[in-house]
Formats: sequence, structure tokens, C-alpha cells
Amino acid sequence: MKERVAIVGIGVTGFSSVSPSLSFKELTYTAAVKAYQEAGLHPKDIDSFITASEDFMEGYSIFDEYVPDQMGAVMRPVQTVTADFLQALGIGCMMINTGRFRTIAVEAHSKASNIKTLDEVKAFALDPVYIRPLKENADFLAGLEMKRFLEETGNTEKQCAQVVVKNKTNALRNPHAAHAANLTVDDVLSSLPLSLPLKELDASKPADGAIMVVLASEKEARALCQKPVWIKSISWFSGQGNPWCRNFAYADYAQLAAQKAFAIAGIINPLKDLDFAEICDEYSYKELQHLEAIGIARKGEAGFLTQTGATSLGGLLPVNVSGGSLGVGHTYEASGGMKVIEAVMQLRHEAGMRQVPNAKTGLVQSWRGIPTATGAVAILSNE
Amino acid sequence: MGFRKVAIVGAGITKFVRRAQETGPEMSYLASKMALDQAGLKLKDVEMITLGSAPDAFDGVHMKGEYLLSGAGGNNKSYIRNFVGGGTGVFAPIHGWMHVASGACDVCLVVCSEKMSSCHPHPQGAFLTIFDHTTEQPLKPTLIWIFALEMRRYMETYGLSKADIARVAVKNKNNALDHPSAQVAEAVTLDDVLNSEVLAEPVHRLDISPASDGAAAVVLASEEVAKRLTDKPVWIDGVGWNLDTAYWATKDLYYPRYVEKAARMAYEMAGITEPHKEIQVAEPYDPFDYKELHHMEGLLLCERGEAARLTAEGFTARTGNLPTCPSGGALGVGNPIAATGLMKVIEIFLQLREEAGKRQIPGKPRVGVAQAWGDLMQVGTVIVLRR
Repeated sequence: MKERVAIVGIGVTGFSSVSPSLSFKELTYTAAVKAYQEAGLHPKDIDSFITASEDFMEGYSIFDEYVPDQMGAVMRPVQTVTADFLQALGIGCMMINTGRFRTIAVEAHSKASNIKTLDEVKAFALDPVYIRPLKENADFLAGLEMKRFLEETGNTEKQCAQVVVKNKTNALRNPHAAHAANLTVDDVLSSLPLSLPLKELDASKPADGAIMVVLASEKEARALCQKPVWIKSISWFSGQGNPWCRNFAYADYAQLAAQKAFAIAGIINPLKDLDFAEICDEYSYKELQHLEAIGIARKGEAGFLTQTGATSLGGLLPVNVSGGSLGVGHTYEASGGMKVIEAVMQLRHEAGMRQVPNAKTGLVQSWRGIPTATGAVAILSNE
Repeated sequence: MGFRKVAIVGAGITKFVRRAQETGPEMSYLASKMALDQAGLKLKDVEMITLGSAPDAFDGVHMKGEYLLSGAGGNNKSYIRNFVGGGTGVFAPIHGWMHVASGACDVCLVVCSEKMSSCHPHPQGAFLTIFDHTTEQPLKPTLIWIFALEMRRYMETYGLSKADIARVAVKNKNNALDHPSAQVAEAVTLDDVLNSEVLAEPVHRLDISPASDGAAAVVLASEEVAKRLTDKPVWIDGVGWNLDTAYWATKDLYYPRYVEKAARMAYEMAGITEPHKEIQVAEPYDPFDYKELHHMEGLLLCERGEAARLTAEGFTARTGNLPTCPSGGALGVGNPIAATGLMKVIEIFLQLREEAGKRQIPGKPRVGVAQAWGDLMQVGTVIVLRR
């Protein structure tokens, strides 16, 4: 019998485009202390620790060396997954479900402002044999994908721009956000080309920050916490690993992950059963593409939902009330984590000005970014 | 509440070589295919995949896990990469154990792939950036340099000579003559090791494992599925891992406490109280010859400071009381970091199934342990297998 797993503590630094006064260790320490305090646990009481990170983003080979100290996890079972925070959270749930662990701390952070050559690092993820010789900026794949997605589904560039406007406006209500702004659709449409049809304002901007979430088994959670947030399901999938084998129009990884997550969590009609969704919006078109893949919107209708305000705060299903990656900032391996923090605050009814009324069940979705087709979906609930 | 049992039901290893013609994804494919074939399964029977591989700097590819995905069978599957530096090879099957023991799936493919040769001119270059950028990198340390410190400290603490240490290299390189994947198997003598070229005193060339390319894979299955697939499942009885501080210069290097902690975690789960009596075959990580001794002590297979004497007395030979690295280890078979750890797990798997061919140890072993180690003398990963 699988045990239910709950989030019993969260810690977050908030996000900013630069963080010159804090190292990544200090960012992590700040988030960790908050999470442990909230959970009422000393790190000694945590059975195991997980970090989501990538070497090249940290500037170290074997970055997992530098993980334990600032989490209070020295001489403890600590692991790294080179994946999104949501996948790390999923591994944490698995560990509790083995019956051998009761509490797990999951951490991720971004110190993107330290990276002098962010575009080059991104391009370094391109296949060294087949794609890198083209000597393209990695965003060219996003441009191709956006073009194909718009062509095949009938969504428009203008609707993509509306996603940017919505999310950056939402972010104005989020004190953690680094890239909130009052923009118009024309501002987005007339911004500089990145890789057409992708424009500068269609892409999220990096942000620094750290996140920690403390997980506990049901028994522990009941004892520790007044307002546990239950993880109903987490699932991750990869589509075609090689970009040249992929249909750029569809996010099949999100579809596969959502199908499994919905089946486990008992979600039949996502529009009705969910109260809000935090969707990966690293690029504006990605929010629309993911909404359709997940089944929240029918094929070709995600743009229309956005245009008519159905995904705005107060709409049928608010999407990225946090501001998403476009408004809060892109935090790489921590991206899913930033959205989990938002979901937990919504489900505890602690989201202040951006609270979704009576939020009971929410969805969080992540994607690993260009050039991958890997993503995760989690269903969180307060009941 | 009963825990779900997890078994290894199939394994595959590519040849370990200095420069493979295959890419990382291709090597992952070869090992995965072998493991699935042995288990009598197709890729479609695999529900989830976990892959282990050491730093991205070897391949020079950011998000290397995603790069290796298609070769490891990850297309349209749940796939994740786990990473604890040099300890990854034994951690990967632990990760797979989490997948199956939790009930998330019944069949999990575990792949470890390493292509070190992409790093020019030598993969040691990838290790220059493992050190703290403020306190250590200005000293321009290399891995060999810091392990020379550790080896020296170990020798000094117990009054060991170079010959005491070098016997491990002789044993393992000779053992590897019987391993079909071996890269640097050689009938070396003690004098060969002692007289080999000095790299950083007291470390000589033959004290060290080589840089290698290679891949390994195992298939894990739940009890029900395992019993359907094979008459000889090998059970994962205990798992443990532990990470020490990154500030390695603050600790006494003579003893790997983190390996002991990891071992105790695994032994407790496996119900092992007297490891030196209950374990019949061991594959401690041996990237350097002194590390095998260090790790035997950390794994509580002998008293501290005793490992060298036991080695000299033949205790750790294939015919000894506790055969240690019967595969030939990293020193003999080669050291494609993550794949080495999994190769060691596979060796225990084969020994317990009595399928190790010329390497088979006598006495129908029932319990074995494999261990890997890595980072800045910092991480221990331990797995206990039982027939």
C-alpha cells in the first residue's frame, strides 16, 4: 500500500535578476533554514536529501560535491538528479513510498547571474555531432518549434504575446517575481526578433534564487503540520530525445506525463477538477503548447482561452498566477520548484493578492528546456 | 508493512576501452540491449529508466543525461539521470531500487555510460574544475595530487610500505585477465608496479586505473515479475549512500567515515550485523590500489589497518576467505567512472548466480557487496546483493 506524501515545509529566497551579495551556498542556506523552520524539523531529523542541478550551470565538474554543507546534510544520504525540481520531488515521493524514509528535503537553485556565457552553455546542450556544427544559438530550435506549433494548430503570434502580457502582469502581484511588468501586446510583437517568430519578449529572462521543500509521509505530516499539501501524483516523461526525430508542433512529453499523473490522481476533466495550473512558460508559445498537450485546452484553442481571459486570475482556470517563468524569471533546474512553491501557497490560501478563491487542487508542469523533450506533471491538493 | 523486494534479472557490459568509436548514446544502447536480452525483455516491457553518468565535462555536453537519453531507451519513457560523482555507478542501481521498491514501476532499466575520451587532451582536465574556485583552484591541484595525499596519510597511519599497497594492483590486474570487458588486464608483478613511472609520489602509474570508455546496464524487477522471468533472481537486500563535507581538507584522510556510514545504512537494511562473516564476496571501488584497502576497512570487512596484511596473505584472492574485486576491478577492467560501479554490481550479480565463468569464486557465495566512491573524497555508495 502506497503512503500519501505531503509537503510540510517550504523555503524560498525570492527571485532576482542578480544577487551580488549572496553566493549560491548562501541562497540555498537561506531557503533551507526557512523550510526546516516551517516544517519544525532539524536537518538531523531529515532522512535524506535531494538536489536538482546541472554541472555547467554551476561552473563545477561534479557539482554534487558542493551540495551538503549549506543544507545541514554533511555525512547524510544526499543525492543529485540532473533534472527539473519536479522530478527530484518525484524521486522524494518514491523514497517515502519505499517505506524506508519518512522525511525528505528537496532543493534546487539558480545562480544564472554568475554565468558569463549563458547562451553558449545552452548551445552546449546541442548534440555535438548533428546540431552543434550548425553553430546556431540554441534559441533557433525554439523558433522552429514555435513556427511549427502555430502553423499546425492555428494559434497566433498575437495570442502568444497575450501570454506574455498576462504572466508579466500576474507577476506584479507576486513579491518573489523578478521580471514583472505592465506590457501591451504590441510591446511584445514589436520586440526584437530572437529567432522568428520568436521575439525577445516571448522568452523568459534568467533569475537567481533557491528553493527547498520538505516532504513527509502521511503519518509524519499529520503530526508535523496544520496545513499539509498532498502530492497526489508526479509523473515525468521524455519524448524523442533527438530533436531531428521530433514533431515540433506537439509536446508529447507533457501529454504522456499528464495522462499518467491524471490517472493516478483521479483527474477526469482537468478544466473542472483543477482550480489552477502552473505551466512551463519558458517561452510564451510553450504555455499554449503545454495547455493543449495536457488536455486543459483542445488542440488549437489554448490561444483562444488566453485571449478570452479564461486563463487569467478570476477566469475559468487561472494559469501561472505566480507570473510563471516569464514574470518571475527563468530559474532552470529550479523552474518546477518555483511553481511548486506557488501551488503550495495557493493551496494553503496564503497567496495574498493573487489567491485563487477556494483553491483545492492544482497542477504544476515543467519542461527541461531547449533542446530537450523532457517534462513532468504534478497534481497537488489540500484535501 | 512489508517492503517490496527488488531483484536484478539481467545485466550487460560493453568492452572497456581507451577510445571507443561509439558515441555515449551508442554505448548506452549496446549495454542496455545486452541487459534486456539477458532478462528476456524488450524495451517496451520497461516502464522507467534511470541513467548514471559522471560529469558533463567528459563529454563536453550540457545536460548530458538528455543527450544520452535516446541511446538508453528513454524515448517516450519516464527517464531520469542520477549523479553522485564517482559514486554514481553503485548509486544508479540504488536509484532503480527506489523506482521499483516504491511501486512506481515493476521493471526499471538502469544504465551507466561513460565516454571519458571526448575530453582532450586527457580526461584529467575535467577534474581541474571540481575544486573550490576560491580556496583550492588557485593551487592548481589535480586528482592524482590529492589522492597522493590520501594514500600517504593512509600509509603513514598504519606504517604500510608501497609494496603492501601495490599487491592490490597485482591481484586486480591479474584477475582482469579473465574478464571479457577488460582494458588493462596484465600479468604484472609486484616489481612492475613498484618500478612504474612516478606520477605524484607515492602514486605510480600502475597504482592507478586508466581513463576508459564503456557502458553497463542492469534490469531491475519487482518480486512477482522477477520470479516469472528467471530461476535465479539476485535480490537487492540493502542500499546505503552518504555524502561528506566538500571541505575535504578539514578531515583526517586515513579513514573513509562516509563509506562506513553508507555501509551501515545498507547492512542495517539487509539485516547484516557481522559483515566480515556474512559477506562472501566484495567489490570495493579501486580506482587506486590503496582505495581497495581503504574501502575494505570502511565497509567493515576487516579491522582498520588490517586490509594490507589480509591482501598479502591471499585472503582477498579469488580462492581466499573474502574474494575482493574478483572481476579485476577498476585497476584491471578499466575505469569508465559510472560504468565501473555498475560493472562491480554486475560482478556480484554474476558471482551469486555462479555465472562468472573463469572468474567464479568457489563455495557458492550467497551474499555480496559492491561499493563506489567519489567526489572530493566524499561520497560512499553501497549495495548488498543476496542470492
